[in-house]
This record gives sequence, structure tokens and C-alpha cells, in this order.
Amino acid sequence: MSNKQLVTHPLLPISVHDLHLAVQGKLLLTDLNCCLTGKGVTLIMGPNGAGKSLLLRCLHGLLETPPGTICFGGQPLCPEVRLTQAMVFQQPVLLRRSVEANLRFITDLGRSNDTVEDLLARVGLTEKAKQPARRLSGGEQQRLALARALACAPRILLLDEPTASLDPASVLLIEQLICQARDEGTKVLLISHDIGQAKRLAEDVVFLHRGQITEHTPAARFFINPTSKAAADYLSGHIVL
Amino acid sequence: MISDAFIEAGHLLVRLDADLMEILILSMQVSAVSLLISVVIGLPVGAVLAMNAFPGRHIAVTVLNALMGLPPVVVGLLVYLMLSRSGPLGVLGLLYTPTAMVIAQLVLITPIIGALSCQVIEDLHHEYEAQFRSFSVPRTTAVCAYLWDARYSLMTTILAGFGRAISEVGAVIIVGGNIDHLTRVMTTAIALETSKGELAVALALGIILLSLALVVNAVVMMLRTQAKRMGYV
Repeated sequence: MSNKQLVTHPLLPISVHDLHLAVQGKLLLTDLNCCLTGKGVTLIMGPNGAGKSLLLRCLHGLLETPPGTICFGGQPLCPEVRLTQAMVFQQPVLLRRSVEANLRFITDLGRSNDTVEDLLARVGLTEKAKQPARRLSGGEQQRLALARALACAPRILLLDEPTASLDPASVLLIEQLICQARDEGTKVLLISHDIGQAKRLAEDVVFLHRGQITEHTPAARFFINPTSKAAADYLSGHIVL
Repeated sequence: MISDAFIEAGHLLVRLDADLMEILILSMQVSAVSLLISVVIGLPVGAVLAMNAFPGRHIAVTVLNALMGLPPVVVGLLVYLMLSRSGPLGVLGLLYTPTAMVIAQLVLITPIIGALSCQVIEDLHHEYEAQFRSFSVPRTTAVCAYLWDARYSLMTTILAGFGRAISEVGAVIIVGGNIDHLTRVMTTAIALETSKGELAVALALGIILLSLALVVNAVVMMLRTQAKRMGYV
């Protein structure tokens, strides 16, 4: 049974209401409010330490949040909703197995309708199927991690800097996979520092600074006329602390 | 003369002396059985401690780590007291039997298997936890994945346990009694034959023991090299 069949109600809008997150007494996310209504790719931007990854983890239920602060289509984040999501981390966590065994681990969970061969072909790793996953290049590892996520047929795909430190060819391949997922109707939440990538992919941009959302703007407007000073400084290449 | 003892030891080994082989086989049997049981106990204990946060976990891990350094003679004494005729398990009549030696070795090596596997699985758990939660991986599947993905490190742990078991002397001599054709193993035989001045037998057994240690270490090294080559450690 695929995840698209598991939860049938709409998952949009994704709403975050008064989200606060403190870790060891330190407030890291403060009074976060936003409502993501549109399909396509939402870009989450901001300087390091702004809380982007924390927000993504909260949205994926990896960090505990008070009930009702995060809702998908009006329904609170719950295990059933989580099963409609998949997340790719900045550092891909690959099992100590071959490439195909990494994918088989997911298909054996019963979360995929695709075969391992289909998934390998989709991300262009067919010829590397028997290789140890951790011996792949950085770009290939990230493609494998993305293939595992896509194997779950997610309706919401959370990507934490999936192209950080990758060469342009690898970035292109990853972006093609993201676009393919988006075109199939998957809502993508993407963290990136790459302004070029943001311009290529994003429909709207959520900008975080010091644990707060300083603006949520359509991408076309954000890159021309950001409303917050922090975003303007960030885009103009100033160091934002 | 020492050189004569070496030559005689060589002869004993070449002609596969029956007494020598009997001692070797019993040593291997006792160590293998104790290792098998300690793996069955130690691995799950290590996995439970590695994967679960519960009150007292740190104390349990600290105690387990401390038990790795148990003095064999103290273990031998405690097992002796338990199995002796006046002890709580005396009715079983296990003292001076290979079973008693298995129990003593079990007490010595189970903490080693448990503590080392706990460390190995804990490291893997830290690495995989978020990803497994992301994929909603069932707990039993996660445990199996940890055990499989840590297989090289766990094999090293198990071989370390075997090394400790096969080379142990203090505990098994107390609870086994070093009885000829019954509880005499390599280490206890070496101690006895040396004290008797029968250096040839002691040397022959010593060569076997040393060879076993070398084989175990070579296998460990081979596993580590293989694991590194595959990117599994």
C-alpha cells in the first residue's frame, strides 16, 4: 500500500502556529507562524543557525512540538501524516550495505510500489547497484538518499540542503529529481543557501533569522524586493549574523 | 634442556598426540559453548542498553563496563562457592565438570560481549535513529538492521570474547579442578605440566594456544580491513 493511499485528505495548507522550540533551556525557534498553501517548491532560507533544519525536523515530527502547532490540511501532525512525508538529510545516512540493499531496505518496509530496479534507474545508479553505498561519491550518495525518500511516494518531501558541497553536474541531477517529484504533485520543502538554485526551483520563500520567520514571500518578489532587512542583506551578499 | 623440550613438543604436535588432542578438543568445546551462550545473552543486553533510555541506564552501562575487568580467580571463587556441595547450586553436582568451566567463562566473557556490543550498537543507533524514525522503521526491523550493519564490529567483539575464554586459566582451574581426561584444558594443563617440569607438553600446548591467538587476531584484522574497504566502519 503506497502512502498516497494511506491518507487521502489534502495535506495543504501546511500551517505552523505559534511554534516555540527550546533545547536545553535555550529558545531556538520563537513564535513561528506561517501558512504554506501553494504546491511546488517552498524554499527555506536563512543564515546558519537561523533554525531552518530545526523547523524541517519539527515539520517531519522528529522534534516534539505542542499539539496543534503544526497542521497539514487542518489535521495535526500524527503518525499517519508522517507516513506521507519523506526527508533527506544534509549528510545522507546510508546503511552499511550495497546501493541496492539500501533501497531494498525501504521497499521491504512495504512503503513503496516501485521495484529496486526502477528506483535505481530513476536516479541513474543502475550500474552502481552492487557497490557499497558509502563508497559512492557525495553526489551519488545524495541521489541514493533521494531515491530512498522517493521510494516512499511522499506527498511532502523535506530536503535539508541536499546539494550542499556538490559539483554542478550533481546539483543538476538532484534538481531534476526534485522537479520530477514536484511535477508529480509532491509538495517540496527545500533548505538551500544557493540563491541560483532558489531562483530556479522555488515558488515561495520562507526566510528565517535568529529563530524567527522574518518573511514569507513569493519567490519572484523575494529576489527582487525582499521585505525584511535580514533577507535583503543576505541576498545582497552581506554577512548576516 | 629447553631445546630438547622444543623438539619433543614438535614431535607431540606432528604426531597429533592423543592426550594433547583431547585437551585441545575439550578447550575448544568449553570455550565455544560459553561463547555461544554469552553471545545469546550479551548481544541482546548490549542492544537493549544501546537503544533505550531508561532510569538507571548509565549505572547499568557503567556496571557492565566494570564487569569486563572481573578478576578470573574471583569469578572462579564465586562460581566455586555457588556450585560447591554446601552452596546454593551444590545439589546440581556441577563442580569439577566442564559445565562448571562453561559457567565460569560465561561470567567472564558475557560482560565483554555485552559492553562492547553496546558501544558498537549505540554508535550506529546515534547515526541511524533520525533516518529510521523518518522512515517509520519498526523497532524489530531496526534492531535487525543494527545487528547486520554492525556485523564486522560485532564479529570482532565476539572473537575478543573467544580469545578471553580460550586463554583463561584462573577461574577454570578453580571450578574445573584440572582433572585428567575430564576437565583438563590447555591453560590448566600448561600450568600443571610446567610445575611438574614436563616442559614438552606445556610447550606444545603453548604453541597451539599461541597459534589460536594468532589466528583469531588475523581474522579480526582481516574483518577490519574488509569492513574499511567497503566503508562499513
